[in-house]
This record gives sequence, structure tokens and C-alpha cells, in this order.
Amino acid sequence: MGGILRYIRRNPSLGWGLGLLLVLLLFATVGRLFINERDAYALATRPDQPPSWQHLFGTDTQGKDLFTGMVIGMGMTLMIGAIAGSIGIGIGTVLGFTTGYYAGSILDSVITAIVDIVLTLPGFFVLVLIASTLADPATLNVVPMGVIASVTAWAYPTRSIRAQVMTMRERPFVMMAKLSAMSTGKIIVRELMPNLLPYLAMSLAGAVYGGLMGSLSLEGLGIGNRRNPTLGMTIFWVNYYSAFMRGMWWWILAPVAAIILVLTSLVLISMGLDEVANPRVRTRV
Amino acid sequence: MTALLELKGVTKTFGKGRAITVALDDMTLAVNDDFPHIVSIAGESGSGKTTIAMLLLGFYAPTRGHVLYRGQDIHKLSGSQRYSFRKEVQAVFQDPFAVYNPFYKVDNLLSIPIQNFRLAKNKQEAHALMEQALIHVGLRPEETLGRYPHQLSGGQRQRIAVARALILRPKLLITDEPVSMVDASLRATLLKLLRALNQELEMPILYITHDLTTAYHISDYIVILYHGSVMEAGNVDVIIKDPKHPYTQLLVASIPWPDPNRSWGETKQVFPTGTMFDEYAPGCKFSLRCPFAGEICREERPPLYRLDDGRVVACRHFESGEALAGMDLGTLFARKGQVP
Amino acid sequence: MSAPILEIKDLRVYYYVEAGAIKAVDGVSFSLEPGAKLGLVGESGSGKSTMAMALMRLINPPARIVGGQVQLDGIDLVGVSEEEMRKIRLSRMSMIPQGAMNALHPLLRIENQIMDGIKDHGSTLSGGDLQGRVYALLESVDLNRRVARMYPHQLSGGMKQRVAAAIAISLHPKLVIADEPTSALDVVIQRQVMEMLDRLQAEMNLSILLIGHDMGLMAQFVDRLAVMYAGKLMELGNLKDIFAEPLHPYTLMLIQSLPALENKGVFAGIPGITPSLLKPPSGCLFHTRCPYAEAVNGNRCEEEVPVFEQVKPGRWISCHLHGDMPS
Repeated sequence: MGGILRYIRRNPSLGWGLGLLLVLLLFATVGRLFINERDAYALATRPDQPPSWQHLFGTDTQGKDLFTGMVIGMGMTLMIGAIAGSIGIGIGTVLGFTTGYYAGSILDSVITAIVDIVLTLPGFFVLVLIASTLADPATLNVVPMGVIASVTAWAYPTRSIRAQVMTMRERPFVMMAKLSAMSTGKIIVRELMPNLLPYLAMSLAGAVYGGLMGSLSLEGLGIGNRRNPTLGMTIFWVNYYSAFMRGMWWWILAPVAAIILVLTSLVLISMGLDEVANPRVRTRV
Repeated sequence: MTALLELKGVTKTFGKGRAITVALDDMTLAVNDDFPHIVSIAGESGSGKTTIAMLLLGFYAPTRGHVLYRGQDIHKLSGSQRYSFRKEVQAVFQDPFAVYNPFYKVDNLLSIPIQNFRLAKNKQEAHALMEQALIHVGLRPEETLGRYPHQLSGGQRQRIAVARALILRPKLLITDEPVSMVDASLRATLLKLLRALNQELEMPILYITHDLTTAYHISDYIVILYHGSVMEAGNVDVIIKDPKHPYTQLLVASIPWPDPNRSWGETKQVFPTGTMFDEYAPGCKFSLRCPFAGEICREERPPLYRLDDGRVVACRHFESGEALAGMDLGTLFARKGQVP
Repeated sequence: MSAPILEIKDLRVYYYVEAGAIKAVDGVSFSLEPGAKLGLVGESGSGKSTMAMALMRLINPPARIVGGQVQLDGIDLVGVSEEEMRKIRLSRMSMIPQGAMNALHPLLRIENQIMDGIKDHGSTLSGGDLQGRVYALLESVDLNRRVARMYPHQLSGGMKQRVAAAIAISLHPKLVIADEPTSALDVVIQRQVMEMLDRLQAEMNLSILLIGHDMGLMAQFVDRLAVMYAGKLMELGNLKDIFAEPLHPYTLMLIQSLPALENKGVFAGIPGITPSLLKPPSGCLFHTRCPYAEAVNGNRCEEEVPVFEQVKPGRWISCHLHGDMPS
């Protein structure tokens, strides 16, 4: 444990990123002890109130207490990101390792062609298409939203993991493993995967980021369960009720600040992991 | 008797069309069980020497010809045949760091093959085997086992790689530049170890290198490669002390001997410097740089001619010797019981 | 005897890491006469590459020049400003770095890379004269004029190394530091490149500091030799004298470990491993591997760091035996 803490001190990006994420997680979990869940939904209290001791972040036009909304919404949005990211990285890892190790084969050519097509499609429109045709958007709760947002989160990890695996399989230690009569499956899992862990973690941060952006874009347009006080949905309501025009700065500030904090923590974690994965980037020894 | 491992008329090319590179050109070499020698395969970069190692170990597939393990094509081996192949043919590579997976302790390099090839009945026996081998190569087990690769020096890591060969006792050890990335002071120790492996365990070793000095010291026979073809092959003493092929002469003359009294200046270099894009002559590969080249040299590939002292030279100036086409170089090297 | 062109006194370069200070160069002193060739030989971890970088003042944090003096033609390179140092580099002293082939800009034509250096140092030559200069330089390194318009990727390793040499001599410096200039080259090309350097040295009366690990190469090229081990100099003197009669145990064992034509089958390596520069051994850095440490009374080798001193005319070593090694 001490080693990990010492390492984090040498890697400020990772330290700050994880720290920030931890704070946000605590906000979303421990924060729940201090709120009454009902206050996050419409008609809970007086509408359009600026921040006060009673309503720390103020209230919105529908009478929702924004502080409660943020606590619950942060949790929901983080969960959506986690689901999208995990599915994205899960698929990305499996496809990435397979195509990377068997690069040049027919299987690789087919999968890579599909991945390339998916990457060139405008992700946002794909999401909108899927979200609005698959199901009644009003029923898109956290889990379904996470699954849909993962549609755009798996392609890039597949490509980058494939590239890493392709270089790695030429390395002498893989040759040694072959000379030691190690099976292909074991080589992938035992030899290649551990070396790519920092890289996979970085891809995870990237996938979560991508998934989050996808979900924010959808929710911002109002596609999703409009009752849920997720960060993206709050933005939707901000627009719907013209909070800008009406000078309701507190309503805008809360979700925007939250989104910035979440995305920043992911970026910092990603940068920090880049240093772990790529020792040449290190500035401190 | 079928050879243990052989290249049969193997050609390996990379690239296509105009950008084709011939890494190895129609090479036949058979290594037999009763062949306890160290054979150096020497050449500069681009000579094809590493290609030979990769082909023999099955990491490259030949473009033409076959690589056979006990008569079977190594790319078509059954499960048990492949297991046997891996057990009997092992390697030591050039880079002492890259052969280790940085994620695991160095013990891994030894324990995995012990486990896979069932060389020990249990963990204790395996550990004992590892310790014994480490001591044999001059390392202290307490200082090496349990460490990560980056915690040890290049020399220590390379010694562990040799210890691995010691434990596995393969029937053939292929070493690809095993000492080139190791300090001079340690080089001698490693070469001594390899020599001991060969003499005590009667293990044939293929020593692939660009360094003629170490080749001279460790091996009995040598094969000189240039652009994928054999230029000269035979007894190493004879060839280094009295090179006959113009290319071999050029190589030997360029060796920086650590002796201020034997300077390069003794042999005047009259060879034209190589062309920029290493064009391939249809005839002898060296003809474009050879000061003794004639018309026929540039047009027709010379066969290997056998000279009286037992060596073979691929040069028309020795036409008086017996011409051998498609020769198996393995026949040059004396078998057990024969006089070399 | 004219004044030395390069005089190094007690140079120290340390790398500061979390665990402490790595003493890469720890008190090295030697000098180089004008028109002379000195070899600095050492194995990995000896500090020789750090020396090269330090002389060119190319040391970056976490490494620092901690002490000592480096005088080039009377100018103190350690104290001089970065601005001044930039003017000195290439015009008064230049370097052919290790892997120079990778130090060439991949997107610039060769002629531009050569001209860049010349122009940077305030040359007032016209376009035509500059071009002529480039051709002359290429010729002096045995390269065809056609190379000028080419890009690095079109050249072989040996040719790129020659281009690096051409750049290094383009402003007629007094001193050229060649840091392992031929380590990536084949033996035939190596000889050609070294002979070219030899010729240039004679024609331009350059002083050359050749840094490397190959004693064979040293034997073929340099006049004087400095042997470096774990950040310190073990021996310094005339090359032929050192080979004929090495006075330091490390030098002796190093020479004995080299394969030569006469000693086939004799393998005499140096036991042990190079010491950690972070926690070096006490006393003489070589004592843990030295077979003669016992011959010195008491525990002197273990307790006392030997002084680098002249034990015979022109022969310097740092050893408590003062050159008297028992056979």
C-alpha cells in the first residue's frame, strides 16, 4: 500500500484524478445520507429559488431541490459511465486481443473492417437513432442508457488494444513463452495481458469518458427518462425552461460544474495512467 | 538416419514485386543428433543469419523449401510432435532484457519450462533444479531468484538465460548473438559457459554472430553468409587464419584486434565501398564489390567448390575444386567418432 | 609540448533520484593535447556516456554537473552561459553522438541539415558558397554529391554516420567527441568510418576523444587511453604502453578477457558485477572484484579510496598497489 501511495505522489495526474473521482463518488454515496430522495423530483418544494441554507444549490422551475438532484444525479451519471465503459472495454479487450494476436488473418480483416466502419460513423447520430427507435425513450433508465452509450465506446479501445498487442507479440519474451511450449491462450492471458494492464486501464478511462459524453448528448436532447435527475437531463431542463434568459445561474452552474469535474477527473486519470504505461513520458524518476 | 533439425533448400523472402528482399537463398543445412560441435553462422546485418534462427525455431515460415524436425515439416507437427520439438530445440537470444516479461520475476524464465516439460516432480525439486543451474552459471540464487528483471544487470540476466538452457538440456541450442549486448568482461565468462555446455553435455550449438573474434574463439566450424548465401564454410581455424573467399578476406581484415601491433593498416582495403541500395547481381552476390570479379562472376551464381583442406568456397577462382550444388552444409561437420 | 586543448579536472556529474545521488562521474581528470587522439573506454555503467554529455553541457535534470572544471582552449565550459555554450558547440567542439544515424532530422534533406549548423553560427556565405561547402564536406567523408539532396531514410547506417561526421567537422572545431560512433555498424563499415575519421583528424589536425567499450577499436585508433570504471578513472596513459604492461588490475583483467587470435579457447572473464553507482562499495570501487585486494596490507582496498596519481612518467592509475601487481 505504501508503495502505491508513494507512486501516486510521483504521479500528480493520477493522484489528483483519482482523488477528484473519489470525492465525487463520496458525494454521490455518502451524500445520500443527508438528503431526502423525494426532493429531487418535481413538485417537491418551492420552485425557482436561488441557493440558500435550506436549498444549498437552489431549486429549479419544477420545484426540484438541486442539491438533492446533484447527489442522486451524480451517482446515476457515474453509473451510466461505468456501465458504458465496462461494456466498451470488455468488448474492446476481447476483440482487440483476438485481432491483435491473429493480425493478418481473415478473422482480423473482417473484424477490423467492421471496427473501422463504426469509427467513421458519426457516433452521436447512431446513438440518437438507436435510442429513439429501440424503445420508448421515456423508459431509458440508468442501465439501458449505459448499454446504449456503450455502442460508441468499444470501437476505439478495440483498435488501440489491437495495435498494442500486435507490437507485443513480436517481443522476445513471447518467443520464449512459445519455446517453453506455452499454449496460445495462456500466452495471451498470462504474458500479454498483464503488460497491457495500465494501457487497458487507460482505455477504460477513455471508454468511460466516451460513454459519458454519449449519454450526456442524448440526455441533453431529452432522450431518456426525463424524471431522472441525471446531469445530462438537468441540462435538458435548463434549456427547456430557458434558465439562461431568466438569469437562474445556480441551475446552470450545478450540472455544468459537476460535468466538468467528472470529465476532468477522467482525463487526469488517463494522463496519469499514460505515464504508467509509457515510462518514457515520465518527468520524475 | 533422419536429421534432428534441417533446412532443406530453404529460401526466405520478404516483400513483394520490386521491393522484394531475399533474406536467405536456397540453404540446406542438417543438424544431426551425433554432432557435438559449435558451428558459427557469421555475417553482417542483412546476411540472413537471424533468419536462419527464426526459420529453425519455427517463427518464420519458408517461402520455398522445408524446415524439418525429425523428418516432419515443423509447420505441420501434431501436438505431441510439437511438444517434442520444443523440448529438443532451445534458444538463447541477443537482448538480455527483452526475453523477460517485465511483469514477472526472473524465476519465471526457469520455472515455466520446468513445469511445462515436466522436469521436476514438485515445487521443491523445481527450486533445487533452478538453484543448481544458477550456481553452475556463476550466480548466487539468493541474489537472483525472487528479483524482477530490471533489478538485475544485463550480464546476470543473460546468465539466467544460459541456465535455462542448462536445465532443459535440449538436443540443439540456437544462440543468436548471445554476447553482443553484454559487457566485454562478462563475455568471456558466458562464452566459457556455452563451451562447457557443448563439451560436457555434448550439446550442439549454433552460434549466430557478426563478431568474428568470438566466433573464432568458441566454435569449431564456421559458415560465412553474405546477403543470404554461403560464401565460405568449414573449419574455423583454417578459415579465419587463411580466408580464401574475397568477402571473408574483407571481413577478417576489418576485425579490430585488441592489439596495437596488429593494425588495420596492414591490409590495404582495395574494396570499393558498397553501393547504396545493395542491388542484387544475378550472379555472385559479392561480385558488385569484389575487386577480383570477372564477367562470369556477375552473370552466374557460383556453386560451392570443395578445397583440399575440407572447406567450401563459393567463388569461381577455386574452380579447380569439386563443385557441389545444393549441398547440405551439415556434411562439412564431422560426426561423433569421425575425425574432423 | 603545447598547452592541452581540453583539460578536465575533478569533474563530477550526479543524477539525483528519490533514492539518493547516482554518482555517474565522480572526480575524473585528464587532458587532451591538440591534434591527439584519446580513447575513453568503459563498460556499461562506467559513466562514459555521461562524460560525453557533460563535456558538451547537454546534461539535463535530474542530472547535474556538481563540481570540477572543464577547460576548452582556456574557456571554462562549466561556468560559461548557455548562450556562449551554444556558440561553442559545433564551432569549437562538436560531437558525433551515439546512434547519430537517429539524430538526423527525418524530414530535412541532408544538405539542409549541414547548412543549418553553419548558418546558425552566423555564417555570411552566399547560397552558392554554402552549397559548395556542403559538397566539399560530403567529399571529405567519402560521400557522393548526390547525397546532398537525399533524405536520411534513403541512406544506409554507415552513410548516415558519415553525414553526422560531416556536420561535426563543418565549422572546423578543435575538438571532436565521438561517442560510440560505430556501435551500430557492421565491422566492414566500421573500419571504413574509423579510417575516414583518422584521415580527417590528420588533415584538419583535430583532437579526437573517442568514447566506447570496444578495446579492439581503441587499439586500432587512439594514441592514449583512459580506462573508466564506475564513474572514476582507473588508468590513463599511452595506448601501446598500457597494452604492453597494464598497471591497474581492472585494465589487466579487461585486456585478458578479450578474445585475440593467439589465445583461442582461453576464456578469462572478470567475476562479479559492476557496482551500483547509487550505493557504491567503500574504498576502491573495484576491490570487490579484484583478485589482488588481498595483496595490499590490511583492509586498505576496502577502506581507503586510492588516489589517481602518476606512478611512472605518463602513466596514471588509482590503485593501492601502485602498479606492482604480484603475478
